[in-house]
Amino acid sequence: MSDTSMRPEAEQHHADLERLVEPSRQSPLQRTVTTVVRSREMSILLVLVAVVAAATIKTPSFLFSENSWRDLLLTPAILLLLATGQAVVIITRNVDLSVGSVLGLTAYLTGRLFVDMPGLPVIAVIVAGVLVGTALGLVNGVLVAFGKVPALVITLGTLYVYRGVVLTWAGSNRINADDMPAGFLRLGTRSILSIPVLTLIALLVLAVVGYYLYTARGGREMYAIGSDPDAAVLYGLNVRRRLLSAFALSGAVAGLAGVVYAARYGTVSSSAGTGMELQAVAAVVIGGVAIFGGSGTVWGAAIGAMLLVTINRALPILGIPDFWQRAVVGALIIGAIVLDRVLSARQARKLIEAREQS
Amino acid sequence: MTSAGASATLELREVAKAFGPVVALSSAGIRVEPGSIHALVGENGAGKSTLIKIVAGVHRRDSGDFLLEGESVDFTSTAESKAAGVAVIYQEPTMFPDLSVTENIFMGRQPLTAGRRLDRAAMYAEAEELFTRLGVHIDPRRPALGLSIADQQIIEIAKAISLDARLLIMDEPTAALSGVEVDRLFAVARSLRDEGRALVFISHRFDEVFALCDMVTVMRDGAYVATHRVDETSVEEMVSLMVGREVADLFPKTPAAVGEAVLEVAGLTSTGVFHDVSFDVRAGEIVGLAGLVGAGRSEIARAVFGVDRYDSGTVTMNGRTVAAHDPRAAIRAGMAFIPEDRRKQGLVTDASVARNVAGVIRGKLAKGGILTQRAESRAAGPWAGRLEVKTAALDMNAATMSGGNQQKVVIAKWLATDPKLLIIDEPTRGIDVGTKSEVHRLLSELAGEGLAIVMISSELPEVLGMADRVLVVCEGRLTADIPRGEATPETVMHAATHPLEART
Repeated sequence: MSDTSMRPEAEQHHADLERLVEPSRQSPLQRTVTTVVRSREMSILLVLVAVVAAATIKTPSFLFSENSWRDLLLTPAILLLLATGQAVVIITRNVDLSVGSVLGLTAYLTGRLFVDMPGLPVIAVIVAGVLVGTALGLVNGVLVAFGKVPALVITLGTLYVYRGVVLTWAGSNRINADDMPAGFLRLGTRSILSIPVLTLIALLVLAVVGYYLYTARGGREMYAIGSDPDAAVLYGLNVRRRLLSAFALSGAVAGLAGVVYAARYGTVSSSAGTGMELQAVAAVVIGGVAIFGGSGTVWGAAIGAMLLVTINRALPILGIPDFWQRAVVGALIIGAIVLDRVLSARQARKLIEAREQS
Repeated sequence: MTSAGASATLELREVAKAFGPVVALSSAGIRVEPGSIHALVGENGAGKSTLIKIVAGVHRRDSGDFLLEGESVDFTSTAESKAAGVAVIYQEPTMFPDLSVTENIFMGRQPLTAGRRLDRAAMYAEAEELFTRLGVHIDPRRPALGLSIADQQIIEIAKAISLDARLLIMDEPTAALSGVEVDRLFAVARSLRDEGRALVFISHRFDEVFALCDMVTVMRDGAYVATHRVDETSVEEMVSLMVGREVADLFPKTPAAVGEAVLEVAGLTSTGVFHDVSFDVRAGEIVGLAGLVGAGRSEIARAVFGVDRYDSGTVTMNGRTVAAHDPRAAIRAGMAFIPEDRRKQGLVTDASVARNVAGVIRGKLAKGGILTQRAESRAAGPWAGRLEVKTAALDMNAATMSGGNQQKVVIAKWLATDPKLLIIDEPTRGIDVGTKSEVHRLLSELAGEGLAIVMISSELPEVLGMADRVLVVCEGRLTADIPRGEATPETVMHAATHPLEART
């Protein structure tokens, strides 16, 4: 900036560059505040708040009624779990399309275990669901990490295979609420401190995964692999192991989501969870995780899941016709991706400019 | 430091490595003592990078000895070579653009707190310390995205220092650095040497080799040639060791009548890539574009053809300005462009020869929007025949052909558009010696028929043997325009290694 005197915009621009290039100059508090305020997560959270606010103004019972607060928190629990696992996989520059089928399989397994082995403790059933989910996720992971086939293709294949297993196993059978013990179904209705138990479970998983990604070597290596897979190999990172863990985690969380599904709805048919994988991908993308990996957080993905579920409930209240509801969700996804490209291109340009000036 | 008589930090003997039919190394060797800086020099394609990658664990040698501090080793991964204390800084640094500079330095071996969590405070502090020691001002918290090559190299060096590497290999680290940055790098390199570490320094700049290094090993055509003490050798001796062969008979360039200027490039500039590039190419002329890898030759060609953007300047074909950033306009104006990596950019390897050849003129061949295989074969036939492409039939899959024949198919493909100008990047890379001369003869013939040709080549003998005129690029600027009669390895190399500002 040699040719112009400092105009306000120029000053603003300069401050922007400093924030980007020299965050260490700021005090730790300043840094935290700018990071949070400027984060993608914050902007999605604001959209979520705006949607809830708009719906509540139109129909106050959207938020302020006995059941609606519970629904607001309980309905997203399943998608929140799936989005958490999906975010980890997408951060490594892969995708897991099989999660909907894994959910269906473990949801049916949950019901089946209660029917066939009455008296089995609830915790054993939950563990079984998670273990089966992990195994199914590992199959994806092995095929991707060792077969070197794109995850999109592998998990598209296992999406059909896993669903086929449920269809064959369940046939036209249906697990009903009567088949499951009351203690298990209470999980779906109980609240602690006015937060539904199932939501608490989802939030706990989210917290653990988020903490791992931020503070563990493994978590950082997942980001590195997604940021540049070739560089990860040259760095000597154990890429295979990280991919296996990412897919195993996604499977485990989807398995847990299957158990949660059974507890929440009380009935499980062979079509449980159909199409959920695309909602999970959508939530992750809306939540600011780059579709080519390397950046984004599970927190964003979780807020994306909340937004996706909430918007589906809010749009009818706002009087938007059925057809347009889906279009709004679509616009949200495309908007998120476009925003992502624009922001990252802008940031790249600024970072380059800043280096050339110094 | 190890005592006298102890084994060398690195020793390679009679190392061979082939990639399919292409022999990259036939009998390469080097011996690097601790506490010394060892230069490795050789022409582009002499096998230096392959040798480095074997040491780094990226490739495995086919045969030969590989000793590290006297012990025979055989790395199967980069993780193993790292654990053994080898750090390599590649020509193109490897970074994770989304992650912070500090994370880039410590990835995979971050300091941990008692609870096995990342110790970010310790990481930032150590990064800060490293940068201070290296004398650079980079914020450890900024993302790696947007760093210049010089900065990225500093990060790589910081990584190597924090690894406490015994052996540090730098592959052309100064290619993208300014004078100040080079001085800084050298100061760091000397201080590392004085700590008893061994350094291998690959460079094309002889002044740097003489300023920095203790020993020099010369390679040629994948083989060891000689090792000298730097203070006992001279630039002339090194150049003759590097080139060391007759070039004339390998490259059958027949003189052709030079006509009107076909291509005129004026003041072409793309910030940070190349600056103020002006040249012209006449009908019947082969212009060689020489320079080191990364000097900006391919980038200039890509901008002229309209693949890449440029900020200012003009490209004129036969007196008419060609629209910028529009390869279709360039093709209409009569340009043809054969990129360096033909498998990736010039040839549909999974398609038949006929389809490849007919690909660019599909529009003309199609009748009512429908393209028949027969029309494709009819159009492709004469070309493939003329180029002596050895394929049993035109419907043979291009992927199964040899590199030389693939290159001819790509050339045929573009000749079918009836171009006035052919830009060809590394025409014989990865092609065996026999077929090389066929490609050369073809280019020479085409020039004889009045085609203007721009040939980018890293192989000095090829440039000297084929070009009527040699343009030399150094750090994004044209530094010399040498007619055929005056072009020698020395003049070209000199221009390629001396940026303009340094010479005035």
